[in-house]
Amino acid sequence: MKRLAFCGALVPLLWLIAAAFGIAGLSLGPNPSRELLHFTGKTALNLLWIGLLASPLRILTGDPAWIRPRRIVGLFAFGYALLHFVIYAALELGLDFSDLAREIVKRPFIVVGTLALLLLVPLAATSTDRMMRRLGRRWQSLHRLVYPATVLVVWHFWWQVKKDVTEPLLYATALALLLGFRWWRAQARRDPHASNTQRGT
Amino acid sequence: MNRPKPGRILPSEITPEAVHQDRRRLLATLGYAGVGLALGGATAARAARTGPVPTVTRNAKFVARETPNSWDDITSYNNFYEFGLDKADPKENAQDFRTQPWAVEIAGECDAPGKLTLEDILKPHALEERIYRFRCVEAWSMVVPWMGFSLADLLTRFKPNSRAKYVEFTTLLDPRQMPGQRRAVLEWPYVEGLRIDEAMHPLSFVAVGLYGRWLPNQNGAPLRLVLPWKYGFKGIKSIVRIRFTERQPRNSWNIAAPDEYGFYANVNPAVDHPRWSQAKERRLGGSLFTARVDTLPFNGYGEEVASLYRGMDLRKYF
Ligand code: HEM
Repeated sequence: MKRLAFCGALVPLLWLIAAAFGIAGLSLGPNPSRELLHFTGKTALNLLWIGLLASPLRILTGDPAWIRPRRIVGLFAFGYALLHFVIYAALELGLDFSDLAREIVKRPFIVVGTLALLLLVPLAATSTDRMMRRLGRRWQSLHRLVYPATVLVVWHFWWQVKKDVTEPLLYATALALLLGFRWWRAQARRDPHASNTQRGT
Repeated sequence: MNRPKPGRILPSEITPEAVHQDRRRLLATLGYAGVGLALGGATAARAARTGPVPTVTRNAKFVARETPNSWDDITSYNNFYEFGLDKADPKENAQDFRTQPWAVEIAGECDAPGKLTLEDILKPHALEERIYRFRCVEAWSMVVPWMGFSLADLLTRFKPNSRAKYVEFTTLLDPRQMPGQRRAVLEWPYVEGLRIDEAMHPLSFVAVGLYGRWLPNQNGAPLRLVLPWKYGFKGIKSIVRIRFTERQPRNSWNIAAPDEYGFYANVNPAVDHPRWSQAKERRLGGSLFTARVDTLPFNGYGEEVASLYRGMDLRKYF
C-alpha cells in the first residue's frame, strides 16, 4: 500500500518531466511555465485531500491499513507545493526577488498560498519516524495543521480564478465533507451517550 | 497543426504542415519581413473557404518588428469563453462551429443600417496582412500576422450620423453551437464597445484570417476585431451585430468584474490588475526558461494612439 502510494504520487512528476522535455509526444503547450505552475498546484492540492481521506476510510472500514500511506502522500503534497512555489519564483518571475516580495505582500491570493505553504513546512519536517516517536501525542496535534493549510489552499485556488469558480467549489465541498466528518466524530465522542467510542483522528 | 475536418475544407486547400514548417524556418532565417508578401499570396489561394480567392497584400505600415508566433501557438492557446474556459478548449470545441451562412446586422445611429451577409461585408475590401503584437489582460502575449481590413473602412460604409459617439459589437448567441454559453460564466452574448474615434483609428482592424488562411473558428471566425493597443478581450470575436450609439456601450468583462476590467482596457504597464502585475508579459512560444518581456504603454503603439486619450486619467479610465 505504501509502495503503491509512492508510485502513484510519482506519476505526476514523471508526466511533468516527460512534458517538459517533449518525451512521448507530451508537451507543456505555448505557455510552459504557467502550465507547470497550474499542474503542480493542482497535484499538491489533490494529494492533500487524498491524505485527508485516510482516516475516514480507516474509521468507516475498520481497517488500519488505510493510515499507512498517509505520510508519504502528505510528503509528496508538500514536495509538489514547494515545486509550485519554485516554479513561480524561478520560471514565472525569473528569480526577480523584488518582484517576488512585492507580489507576495500585494496579492491576497498569493499571501494565502504562502501561508499555506508555511503551515506545511513543520509537517514535512516532522514526518520522519524519529520525529514521530519524539513528539509522541503532540505529533498528532501538530499535524492537525493540515486542516487549516488545506482550507487556505482551496481559498488560494478560489481567489486566483478569473471568473468561473466551479472547480474550486468542488474542492471546497469535498474539503467540507472531509473536515465535517471529523467534526461530527469529535462531537460523537464527546457525547457520553453515543455508542461509538472508538478513538480516531 | 490545426486541420479542419474533411468536408469543410478540401484537404488540398490546406497548407501542409511540412510546407508550413519550411516557411517557419525560412521566416526564422530571413527575418519575417522579407517573406511576408510571398507568404500572404501563396497561402491565401489554398485556404479559401468562401467565394473568390482573396489576394492579400502586406501593409508595410503595420508590421511589428517581432517574429510572429507559430500557427500552432496562435490557434491552440485561446480565450474564447463561448467554447470553454481552458486555453485549449476553443480549439477542441469550435471545430464544428458553422460560420456559413453568416450575417451581420448594422443598427443604431447611422444612415445605412441593414443586414449584410459575410460576402457583402467582404466584397469592397482589399484584404491586407498586418503583423500586430497581441497582449492579453492575463499578462501573456503573442505576435500575429492577421489578414483583414481597416475597421474604419467598414464603418464608414454605414454612414454613421452625428449622434454616433460609440460603436457596440455583439458576438453570436447560440448555446447549441457554443457550449460555453450554456453556463452563466459571463452575461451572454458577449458585447464590446469603442469610442467612435477609437473605432475609426487606422490601427483598428477587422480580421478574417491569419497566416494567409481564413480565420480558424477558435480565433473568432468569421470576423473579429483586432485592437493592438488594447487588451485582447476588447477584440470581440464572431461578430453578428454592429450598432452605433450615442451612449457608451457596456462591455462584457466590465459587467462581470467592474473593478478588474474597464471600458478602455488600454495596455498599461503602470496599472496593475488587482490580482497580478501588468508590468511584464510572457511572450508565448518561449522555453521554460525564457524571461518575460517588459510591457509597453499602449502595447508599443503609443505614438499612434496616445493622443486619443490626451488629458484623461488612465488610472481612472483603465
Ligand atoms: C508561496 C506560495 C504560493 C505561491 C506564490 C503560489 C502562486 C500561485 C499562482 C501565481 C497561481 C496561478 C494564478 C494564475 O494562473 O493566475 C497559483 C495557482 C494555484 N496554486 Fe498556488 N501558490 C502558492 C502556494 C500554493 C500551495 C501551498 C498550494 C497547494 C498545496 C497551491 C495550489 C494552487 C492551485 C491548486 C492553483 C490553481 C491551479 C489551477 O488553476 O489549475 N498554491 N498559485
